[in-house]
Amino acid sequence: MVFVGVGMPNIACNLARHTVAPHLELVYESGVFGAKPARLPLSIGDPTLISGATSVCSMSDLFMNYLQGGRIEVAFLGAAQIDRYGNINTTVIGDYDNPKVRLPGSGGACEIATHAQKTFIIGRLKKRTFVEELDFRTSAGHLNSSPKTRESQGMPGGGPEVVVTDKAIFRFDTESGEMTLTSLHPGVTLKEVQAEVGWPLKVASDLKTTSPPTSDEIRIIREELDPDGMYTSK
Amino acid sequence: MKIKSMPEAIAEYVHDGDTIAIEGFTAFICFSAAHEIIRQRRRDLTLCRMTPDLIYDQMVAAGCARKLVFSYLGNPGVGSLHCIRRAVEKGIPHALEIEEYSHFGMVSRYMAGASHLPFFPLQSYTGTDLDTANPKIQYVESPYGNGQIAVVPPLNPDVAIIHAQRSDELGNTQLWGLVGMQKEVAFGSEHVIVVVEEIVDESVIRSDPNRTLIPHITVDAVVHQPKGTHPSYVQGYYDRDNRFYLEWDKISRSEEETKAWLDEWVYGVENWEGYLEKLAAKEPEIWKRLAPGEALSQPVNYGVYG
Repeated sequence: MVFVGVGMPNIACNLARHTVAPHLELVYESGVFGAKPARLPLSIGDPTLISGATSVCSMSDLFMNYLQGGRIEVAFLGAAQIDRYGNINTTVIGDYDNPKVRLPGSGGACEIATHAQKTFIIGRLKKRTFVEELDFRTSAGHLNSSPKTRESQGMPGGGPEVVVTDKAIFRFDTESGEMTLTSLHPGVTLKEVQAEVGWPLKVASDLKTTSPPTSDEIRIIREELDPDGMYTSK
Repeated sequence: MKIKSMPEAIAEYVHDGDTIAIEGFTAFICFSAAHEIIRQRRRDLTLCRMTPDLIYDQMVAAGCARKLVFSYLGNPGVGSLHCIRRAVEKGIPHALEIEEYSHFGMVSRYMAGASHLPFFPLQSYTGTDLDTANPKIQYVESPYGNGQIAVVPPLNPDVAIIHAQRSDELGNTQLWGLVGMQKEVAFGSEHVIVVVEEIVDESVIRSDPNRTLIPHITVDAVVHQPKGTHPSYVQGYYDRDNRFYLEWDKISRSEEETKAWLDEWVYGVENWEGYLEKLAAKEPEIWKRLAPGEALSQPVNYGVYG
């Protein structure tokens, strides 16, 4: 039961549906449960998500019963800025009242981050994204300390579980809640990763090399899920 | 008689300074109403929508808006809303006040508005800066001893504009596809304009009562405006014109190009029929390109009782 966005998360979830998780239920915040998109959705409201879906519901139904009701196991989030505890900014760069760059804002991200049992953060590894301090906190990760802090503040979801980037994979320390480098993609060095992260990076003692995708997975992505290379050729 | 032309409906119900909600979450976005509001040069509007989308980007660029109430400020699947960004970042064409929520916050505001509750509780906003940016997001202590809960105030627009597949002459409106929050917006607004692809006989509505989203008691005006949401879409009638969403990303980056576009496509035509003629002249096969094909639902039996 996974809460999907457009772009990379959509490709990831549909790849999983074709490979390791054929019974994955795709939920979209626009009010769709059990979508079976016949084409790559252009937005979370694409009509291809509706035709052939299990259920279409109002957004109060979606946010109250599906999300706040605790049914979402995994949700994907993107970030313009992310800090070491997985807190996310998608609202503004600079001052809120006098912004340098006005970003889209929360959408459903704030409550998705509150309620999903786990969140997966997905995006490119860039210094301007992985920052020491956020300009604005739109969605809560592990706040400023251990994952237990979320619980004590009455936040039902477990918070960020993993950050997947184009260079490396990070997980969150279960004690300190801090983002920890756990896997480097083949050919990427620790120095390259640290150079794109705005704080002294915590590195797992058993740092691994990410397994490359299989040829079958690459074929599904390139030929079926994103044949025009809209999201995966950049 | 509720059936009106779009210019009549806008002239009668949308006034300077009003709070309006043209809803429809990434679907059923009634551009034909927005263009008419721009043509009638309404000013100082408070525009409410979860996703302001291109529709409010155009209205802000045209100088209709004083304030924006929203939860996601993007061109869905494409990128930024450049006109709104220019207004927020640089005050062009003039400063724009913003009141920002999350989707669940806006959903909750519509719920409170429709059901006349003083506020609506939702479990969100903890550990974020959204409640600082917007002081209307507050917290109350649960009377049942389980801590604090965020609350948001009701949203009761002066006018709601809702696009749908079909209604009868009274305004009983059937909609399938993304239902979003249109029902709550209709119940929560002082006046409601329903815009439809088809006007059907009351017997069609009564043959499938489960599909009726908005009952006539909430509706003031019914506008028959086929293809009235382009470049948005109506489920089963036509697809989203994603080419235009991409094109707008380029046009809207420049203040001059945006003005030229508004001059040509909004001020330069008399009404929506004029806009559709221009579209067809530019791309004769457009409705063939956006045709969705057919996927009919299985009929259901309501039964005959008595």
